[in-house]
Amino acid sequence: MIANIAFYVCSIILLASAALVVSSRNPVHSVLFLILSFFNAAVLFLIAGAEFLALILVIVYVGAVAVLFLFVVMMLDIDFAELRSGFQRYLPVGATVGAVLFVELVFVLGGWEFAPQAPVLRFSPAPANVSNTAALGRLLYTDYIFLFQAAGILLLVAMIGAIVLTLRDRKTSRHQSIRAQTDRTVAETLELVTVTVGAGVKEIGILRPKPVDPEPVEEVHHGN
Amino acid sequence: MNWVLALPEIVLSLVAMVILIFGVLRQDDSFFLSSMFALGGFLLAALLVLTTGSGIGYHGQFVADAFSSLVKILILAGAGLSLILSLDYNRHNHIARFEFPVLMLLSVTGMMVMASASNLMTLYLGLELQSLGLYVLAAFARDDLRSSEAGLKYFVLSALASGLLLYGVSLVYGFSGTMDFAALARTLTIPQSASPGLIVGIVFVLVGLAFKISAVPFHMWTPDVYEGAPTPVTAFFSTAPKVAAFALLLRTMATPFGHQLIAWQTLIIIVSVASMILGALAAIGQSNIKRLMAYSSIGHMGYALIGLAVGTPEGVRGVLIYLIVYVFMSAGTFACIIAMQRRGRPLELITDLNGLSATDPALALAMAIFMFSMAGVPPLAGFFGKLYVFLAAVQGGLWTLAVIGVLTSVVGSYYYLRIVKLMYFDAPEEPFDPRPTALSFVAGATGLFTAFFFVFPAPFVGAAQAAAKVLFG
Repeated sequence: MIANIAFYVCSIILLASAALVVSSRNPVHSVLFLILSFFNAAVLFLIAGAEFLALILVIVYVGAVAVLFLFVVMMLDIDFAELRSGFQRYLPVGATVGAVLFVELVFVLGGWEFAPQAPVLRFSPAPANVSNTAALGRLLYTDYIFLFQAAGILLLVAMIGAIVLTLRDRKTSRHQSIRAQTDRTVAETLELVTVTVGAGVKEIGILRPKPVDPEPVEEVHHGN
Repeated sequence: MNWVLALPEIVLSLVAMVILIFGVLRQDDSFFLSSMFALGGFLLAALLVLTTGSGIGYHGQFVADAFSSLVKILILAGAGLSLILSLDYNRHNHIARFEFPVLMLLSVTGMMVMASASNLMTLYLGLELQSLGLYVLAAFARDDLRSSEAGLKYFVLSALASGLLLYGVSLVYGFSGTMDFAALARTLTIPQSASPGLIVGIVFVLVGLAFKISAVPFHMWTPDVYEGAPTPVTAFFSTAPKVAAFALLLRTMATPFGHQLIAWQTLIIIVSVASMILGALAAIGQSNIKRLMAYSSIGHMGYALIGLAVGTPEGVRGVLIYLIVYVFMSAGTFACIIAMQRRGRPLELITDLNGLSATDPALALAMAIFMFSMAGVPPLAGFFGKLYVFLAAVQGGLWTLAVIGVLTSVVGSYYYLRIVKLMYFDAPEEPFDPRPTALSFVAGATGLFTAFFFVFPAPFVGAAQAAAKVLFG
């Protein structure tokens, strides 16, 4: 009973927030609604007995992906009004194509028949006596080890690619040199000056020359 | 578990990671050394492919057989030749970075996984691993606007194609209940029993794969990417990934969906005819030789698709022979294109070849051999590729397809022969820069292969025959 109520409440919030993601005018609001819908989807997973997926959804999607989205939306100067400017113009064409596709899909999926065992299969997501997480782990690390490793290499390629295409060494970028910092002595950096009462800063002579401006930024090919 | 079957892939990815660490730790220039290590990795993987046995491993997700071995050797050869071509070009164009061979190695790993895929999930992961490396390689000259454009264009369109492919895979899975190739073949034994949803799924899978081999209606990206990417990357694009995607197409269509031949045969015929016609006609007006090669590759994929459309072991044998010939022919042509340099600036116009026979007779001879071979002039390798495909079409009763193929290759020979005419009968211009040894090596080796293929076709035909038999076994 409680599970049923929770299911309907979460589903309604999920659908509503998903609709608001697409329709809200402010992109930051969109991302926040996205996070809300992720949370509700996680609850649905919990109700279905998939606690591992639920937690992963919260940790990965809310914790990493959605926050990244938020950063992108706030940092990038995207004029969303301009992005939407063609909306009215392309609406008829887009709607026609979408409608045709939809009708075709209805024709195709109209003949859908559920396999007789489907309802039974759906309600036994994990083998008995094994927790959900352990069952997933067994599958991933034994039966699907090849695909799992291949996916890992795929992510490695993505990382190398991102670095290759964007990383540039700048000569003037200010790196922290820990050795220089620890090697500094008090005598090099600190100077004690006796100050007479009432004297101006100029008269004592503790004005230092202005720090030199950094040289103009020059880009260097990484690895060359 | 029979994990040894995937030893070549494992070794390749390990070599890639070792080179990556080596390149990061070594502060100074390590492009040449990394490339040499990568070439060694390719050789080692080829040896392993030849020595590890055949069988099915990883719970039916991975298969090693005569077909996958032949295709893997071909992929490694294409990648190795392209890497040799990149050695001097990358240095001259300031893109000599150690990530280049690393990305190539990982991309080739993906291609080899594609060749061995016997599950729709393996298929997708292999395809993505290959494509992800290719996106970055296409945009590798990141300060060059055209290269970045090529990478971005390929990324966006290819992601769309991958989406369509995944949608098809989900439909196939939903309507048949399995992703394993052998199980799919068993489920789909009777063609009439297939539901329309499954057929739609097969069509979507076909669309996704046709994009990767740049067959017409899905070819739009090819000319721009070929033109924009650095030339050694273009050479790579036109050899190894084409072979891998074609192998995947052959295996997917022949093994799990083989009994559904009537459902997809018409589609393949249409795509094949359209590719042949577009390849022959659109290339005529091109003035940039890389764009010309792009349209030429579209046409060649059309010819090779004839063999698939027949749907018999003879047809598949024809396709494999075509691919063997095409890889070497294409690598050689790009070696000649990379040699087109004056005062350190790479040239790309066809008219830059004017009178090459007077200034550099050896290069002109090599280019002429490749052009005649691409046109399909008899004693050269390209002729045999077309011969076996057309033969299979005639035997399979697809007369119209064979006739259209012959007609379009006559039309297509116009632009190949025009290049020969420019080189031999036009007034010579300023000579090109002296060629690096690596280029001469690749052009010479592939030129000899192309010219003297007719002396020793038997081992290649035999290997292709054995490979084709596996798919229909």
